[in-house]
Amino acid sequence: MRIDLEPRLNRSLALDLGAPIVALAGAILIGGIVIWLLGKSPALAFQVYFINPLLEGWSLQELAVKACPLVLIAVGLSFCYRANLWNIGAEGQFILGGVLGGWLGILTHDEAYQGVIGGWWILPTMLALGVIGGAIYALIPALLRVWLGASEILTSLMLVYVAELGLDWLVRGPFKDPDGFNFPQSVVFDDIARLPFLAEGERLHAGVLLALIVALIGAFVLARTLFGFEVRLAGEAPRAARFAGFDDRKLTLMVFAISGGLAGLAGIVEVAGQIGQLTPKISPGYGFTAIIVAFLGRLSPIGILVAALVLALTYIGGEAAQVELSLNSDMTRAFQGVLLMCVLIADTATRYRVRLNFGAAR
Amino acid sequence: MTSEIFQLVLMTVVTAATPLILAAIGELVTERAGVLNLGVEGMMIMGAALAFAGAYLTGSTTLGAICGMLAGVAMAALFGLLTIGFAINQVAAGLALTIFGTGLSGLLGAGFVGLKRDRPGHVHIPGLSDLPYVGQLFFGEDIFVYIAFGLVAGAAWFLSRSRTGLALRATGDNHQSAHALGLPVRRTRFLAALFGGACAGLAGAYLTLAYTPFWSPGMTAGRGWIALALVVFASWKPWRVVLGALLFGGATMLQLHAQAASIGLPGQLLSAVPYLATIVALVLLSSGARKNATAPAALGQAFIAPR
Repeated sequence: MRIDLEPRLNRSLALDLGAPIVALAGAILIGGIVIWLLGKSPALAFQVYFINPLLEGWSLQELAVKACPLVLIAVGLSFCYRANLWNIGAEGQFILGGVLGGWLGILTHDEAYQGVIGGWWILPTMLALGVIGGAIYALIPALLRVWLGASEILTSLMLVYVAELGLDWLVRGPFKDPDGFNFPQSVVFDDIARLPFLAEGERLHAGVLLALIVALIGAFVLARTLFGFEVRLAGEAPRAARFAGFDDRKLTLMVFAISGGLAGLAGIVEVAGQIGQLTPKISPGYGFTAIIVAFLGRLSPIGILVAALVLALTYIGGEAAQVELSLNSDMTRAFQGVLLMCVLIADTATRYRVRLNFGAAR
Repeated sequence: MTSEIFQLVLMTVVTAATPLILAAIGELVTERAGVLNLGVEGMMIMGAALAFAGAYLTGSTTLGAICGMLAGVAMAALFGLLTIGFAINQVAAGLALTIFGTGLSGLLGAGFVGLKRDRPGHVHIPGLSDLPYVGQLFFGEDIFVYIAFGLVAGAAWFLSRSRTGLALRATGDNHQSAHALGLPVRRTRFLAALFGGACAGLAGAYLTLAYTPFWSPGMTAGRGWIALALVVFASWKPWRVVLGALLFGGATMLQLHAQAASIGLPGQLLSAVPYLATIVALVLLSSGARKNATAPAALGQAFIAPR
């Protein structure tokens, strides 16, 4: 069998919008078959994963809370991937943002620092530190690529492991809560160092609004500014970009700083919003899931808003499935992998006419 | 006596290097054909899970290793379908393969967590294996070590001395010219990817059958990624993979011994050594490599037949 690809001369909007939906349907179908093979009910699994979380108020809020870091990271990644640069270390940049911002939360814990000028500056500074931490960590692979030609793919990924180990050391060492019965975790931040909740007694915190704003700004920058044009041109026609006089080294540093900064912001939003302290594991793999979100959203910030909700659904459904179907979290991860593959195939189908040629060799 | 200990330490270095050699030599051949498969980690962990399952159920290390290789081949075939069939971006497809493999291996291996097997015996050649100081090191390793070295020798010969190897390199350096010469670009790449998958699966099998003889989810711990870095480190030349892998094996063992001896450094810092070493190696070799551009010229580019 041979697969023949013919470039499509004009792409239609319907195809562009339909492709991710078809991909999602395909992934759900494959997931259903796997669950059936494991001897569980696919119908029940579908209900647990994709229907039940949408039926209750608290789980809808949880959905938005889980989608929030995914949106922040994926919007940043869309800049990188549009420019054909491969930052796959967002997980590490997320951790660095959480650590650097969280460090201020720990320092200001006993209120002694707040006496004279009040505590209003703490939260904004924490968020800023989060952005700086993530951006600096992302600039390491970017600089190594620009200066020395080292593959940014491998260096950014290696730094994830380093960041995870670093966080582990901090919460068992210098950042450990002295009154915490030797548990590997920091003190719980004061309320002033926490993101405010949008309503009393609810789960929804201000980070969700932040993610929405970031996505809108990202969409504007990518579509309507010279910088956004530069990013897209560098990815689609690098030679043309060089002839136009765009500096690809500067661009590399810029998009890595943006994606790292946003991943760092996601980290501190998670730490100061959802968790409220530093623990050895502050992310259930958001940095990697965001890669899928970015592609499912077709590398457009608005598409990413929708895609993040879909992937957040798999996290919440996955937690429920552990209880109701005794399917562990590996099912969620495998499904996410299948989803990414389906999205990529659908993406090819929008750009090429795919012909299956049976009987032909090669 | 101390020299006997020295020999034992060297043997653990070889043991730590073997999975890296296996995975890296497969990826090297794949990349020489122009295919960048970032899914090594995913293929390796699938190989690890299924090799243990196969060996546990059949009671045979050989059948287990074959299961591991088949798992790697199946994953590589999926990758080939995506990138060679559908011309999907290889970086994205490789990531998808790793995410998928990590999840699926956890699902399939769930029933085997906590079980144990015996390590396969070591080779024993009467006379040679009993030589003082070097006998065990050179003639008394487990069989996988010799397979790994055999694969490196085979790949080195194949790439530089055989006609097919020349065609494979041509495919990786300029797929348009290779196509114009009538070489089957997509078939060559697909087969090269399958070879890479078999090697990565075998590397995973080594981990669960000989290195730690049990299965636990996520146990490859980034070795697939380190193998990818080793290919760059080796400038896409087979024998340099061995050198690189032994250096990494040495670094891994050094940090393990340092942790055991508790020399006062935090354990996490020592655990980070292999990852930091990878970055340093990439940086050192990339800056040197740029001068004489050793990477296959068409690496990572999808081939779409002109018509």
